[in-house]
Amino acid sequence: MDRRWLRVLRSPLGLGAGALAALVLALAVLAPPLWADRANAVHTGIILAGPSGQHWAGTDNLGRDIVFRVLVASRLSVELALAATAIAVLVGLLLGSASCLLGRRTARLVAAGVNVAVAFPGLLLALFFAVVFGVGAKGAVLAIGLSGAPVFARLTQTLVAGVAAMDFVAAARVAGVGRIRILLRHVLPNIAEPLAVNATVGAGSALLAFAGLSFLGLGVQSPSYDWGRLLFDGVANLYVNPAAALAPGAAILLAGLAFNLLGESVAKGFGVAVLTGAGSGSRAGAGTGSGVLPEPGTGARGEAERSSPEAAGTESEPTDVVLDVRDLEVTFPGDRGPIRPVRGITFTVRRGEAVGLVGESGSGKSLTALAVSCLVDASGRVDAARLELLGHDLRTRDTPVRRRMLGTALAMVFQDPMTSFNPTRRIGRQLAEVATHHQGMSRRDAMARAVDRLASAGIPGAARRARQYPHEFSGGMRQRAMIGMGLMGAPALIIADEPTTALDVTVQQQVLDLLAAIRGADDVALMLISHDVTVVGEVCDRVLVMYAGRIVEDLRASELATGARHPYTRALVAAVPDMDTDLDRPLATIPGRPVDPAEVPPGCAYAKRCPLADVRCRAEDPPLTGDGSGDRVACWHAGEPLPGPGGPPDATVRRAGGRQRAEAVLPRLPAAPSGPAVRPGRPPARELP
Amino acid sequence: MSELRFEDVTVRYGRTIAVNGVSLTVAKGEVVGLVGESGSGKSTLARAAVGLAPVHRGSIMLDGRPVPARGRHRPLQMVFQDPYSSLDPRMTVGESIAEAMPPGGSRAERRAEAERLLELVHLDPGHARSRPARLSGGQRQRVALARALAGRPRVIIADEITSALDVSIQGAVLNLVRELQRELGLSILFISHNLAVVRYVASHVAVMRRGEIVEQGPAGRVLAEPGHEYTRELLAAVPGRRSRP
Repeated sequence: MDRRWLRVLRSPLGLGAGALAALVLALAVLAPPLWADRANAVHTGIILAGPSGQHWAGTDNLGRDIVFRVLVASRLSVELALAATAIAVLVGLLLGSASCLLGRRTARLVAAGVNVAVAFPGLLLALFFAVVFGVGAKGAVLAIGLSGAPVFARLTQTLVAGVAAMDFVAAARVAGVGRIRILLRHVLPNIAEPLAVNATVGAGSALLAFAGLSFLGLGVQSPSYDWGRLLFDGVANLYVNPAAALAPGAAILLAGLAFNLLGESVAKGFGVAVLTGAGSGSRAGAGTGSGVLPEPGTGARGEAERSSPEAAGTESEPTDVVLDVRDLEVTFPGDRGPIRPVRGITFTVRRGEAVGLVGESGSGKSLTALAVSCLVDASGRVDAARLELLGHDLRTRDTPVRRRMLGTALAMVFQDPMTSFNPTRRIGRQLAEVATHHQGMSRRDAMARAVDRLASAGIPGAARRARQYPHEFSGGMRQRAMIGMGLMGAPALIIADEPTTALDVTVQQQVLDLLAAIRGADDVALMLISHDVTVVGEVCDRVLVMYAGRIVEDLRASELATGARHPYTRALVAAVPDMDTDLDRPLATIPGRPVDPAEVPPGCAYAKRCPLADVRCRAEDPPLTGDGSGDRVACWHAGEPLPGPGGPPDATVRRAGGRQRAEAVLPRLPAAPSGPAVRPGRPPARELP
Repeated sequence: MSELRFEDVTVRYGRTIAVNGVSLTVAKGEVVGLVGESGSGKSTLARAAVGLAPVHRGSIMLDGRPVPARGRHRPLQMVFQDPYSSLDPRMTVGESIAEAMPPGGSRAERRAEAERLLELVHLDPGHARSRPARLSGGQRQRVALARALAGRPRVIIADEITSALDVSIQGAVLNLVRELQRELGLSILFISHNLAVVRYVASHVAVMRRGEIVEQGPAGRVLAEPGHEYTRELLAAVPGRRSRP
């Protein structure tokens, strides 16, 4: 809370608005006791005088000093504005939260009433109420308060609807918590901030509205006076003494600005906090790490990776390599120094190869994909010793050539197919755009290709479907359309980031089959990113296991079940139940939680959760080194048996046995077309030399 | 513990029928797995049981009596899918758990009970004073379980409680569900689209499709000898099930 206020005050606008608002409030409190006597002192000798050294803005028709009257009037002006705002917020809250308290039908009636009221111009309502409640300060407060209420009611309704849909409200209802209690404990605290911000802005508007009503003679009546009343009096003598009108005018302007700008800058400051709030909270809770990152390329890691045999191998056979990544790092600015979620990773993807990238959330796998496709946000920095797609350097500046190359040679499939299409445009048009934009096709040809590509992505009735909008597609179909979009060019690489996580199991299988079929037919390389090691193991030839922004193991998929050597990979494999899991044992688990990218410990990042970790692991980060087979692992204790109760030592072996049994018992399903066959125990033909 | 029985339950939203004449029994001390794809009506059935969705026809009985939908004590508790939205970010973990407890007891007693429940789900009782933002997804889901247990439920409905979690955390939550079920003898309706997960925790499986239950029976039988085409389809789609080409 405090930190966010600090952030508001640190921006120049926030600081200015805050100072101004503080000044206005201080005046409202202090001015009457200090200067009321001078403001009310009648000097019959100097009636309607112009500005002078003694009376800076002149005097009024009773010879009273205008400047002091403006200062003293701040109390009444601010009081009235705040009172009106309080009425608006209270009535608004009551009407807006009706949906929480009343039955469905009554709530709907209230909502309809609010909608009608919102449609009325506020000032018209205020004038109407002013006539109803009579001329005077009380009537004006009620009028402005009530005319502001519909807007707050509407705002509350929207905010309440958002919070009421959250599961914690449902959970409270299930626990038998009453409606009023839910409103007070769960709903209101969660909407308090936006309401408070809007109330601040509302106070500014109320102040202006009040000045308006008083100026029209409907507000404060003599002998009381607020800024509007002073303005009213001043305007009557505008040609004699313009300062008498300008002084209250300036006060209204400044006070109105103060409230409005304060509200706006608080909204801005808090809005930013909503985005980073969870992250900074967890970081604060995680302990007192230094936040200092290890320097890139220091220690044994960088050197060993560069000199590893497979890195050398890629050089000898450059034509086969689709994607070549060396020492890739992605860095974001953080509160306490730079945060590096991807810390120097090296891998290659060859033509027609399917490479899986596995890891827990926060391991850097998605960022790696974004870095490869040049989609990391502007705030992040991508560094690499090499980053090449089909031999084109991706580290160069964004040029039309690079864009075209990325647009046609690389296809991306994202997790949420709902957000990856523009909902207002037809699917076919969106696909055709790729071809008209990158390949210079005519619209008709592009459309024909789009229909053809949709068909090849397994969408039945492609010509008809191309004319439909994204919302008319189911999740699985939308994901197919997304894949079809990737096929508009002639992709050499498809990067699929959790493409099936949002889908049902049956649909997931179809989408994975489709990816495998495309890969088999066109020799397209596939990079599949998933947190589910079983999915990756099923589709890919090779699996890269990521932990805390580094690759900790790079192995053939056939080795996952029995041949994984890194304790993390073994734990991941053992943690997922399958149809052969032993029901009498607890599932293997990984103790602790993933490393926060802002606080990567020295040594092996996995040491804290690893049953094999020793002093060396905590001090020295193991390099990713290869053995003869082409697999790489970064662990000082690679392949050592896992001890005791942390995880069943024979978990991987048992799983493998089960898997083979299952294969024998189950009817063999038609095998998806795919790349080179991978047989256990023997490196596939296309593996690294 | 208790028996939860759905009898010919139909739930409609306007003209859409979300659940159509479903009969299902969660017997005493048994875990029933309810599987099906999204939109099959399994979550709607769960929400109907706890009064979050309107029952159009049929009845939902707990030990032969209608499930109480009013009052402070709710013998039927639910754990939700998304641990990031199911805990109020403004309340401490201890407050969230205490809120679900039946009324009565001093402040100190309630705090002690919250700490006991946190220990039961293998969390540090010190977390009672933390806000959910400081916890990981798996830890939050444990808190959600502790909150459900705080209501002293006779039956718990777990709606896709692991599908928003990383697989590495899923295992720990599943172990916990099994352990709690054994220790406390809870009856659980366990909803999931993942057959491997359901197989691990449930003794009885019901398969739902388009608002209807197409097959149900002992987990061993349904998963080994599926009688319905759709169950076979689901089984074939379990990752890792298929032999690699």
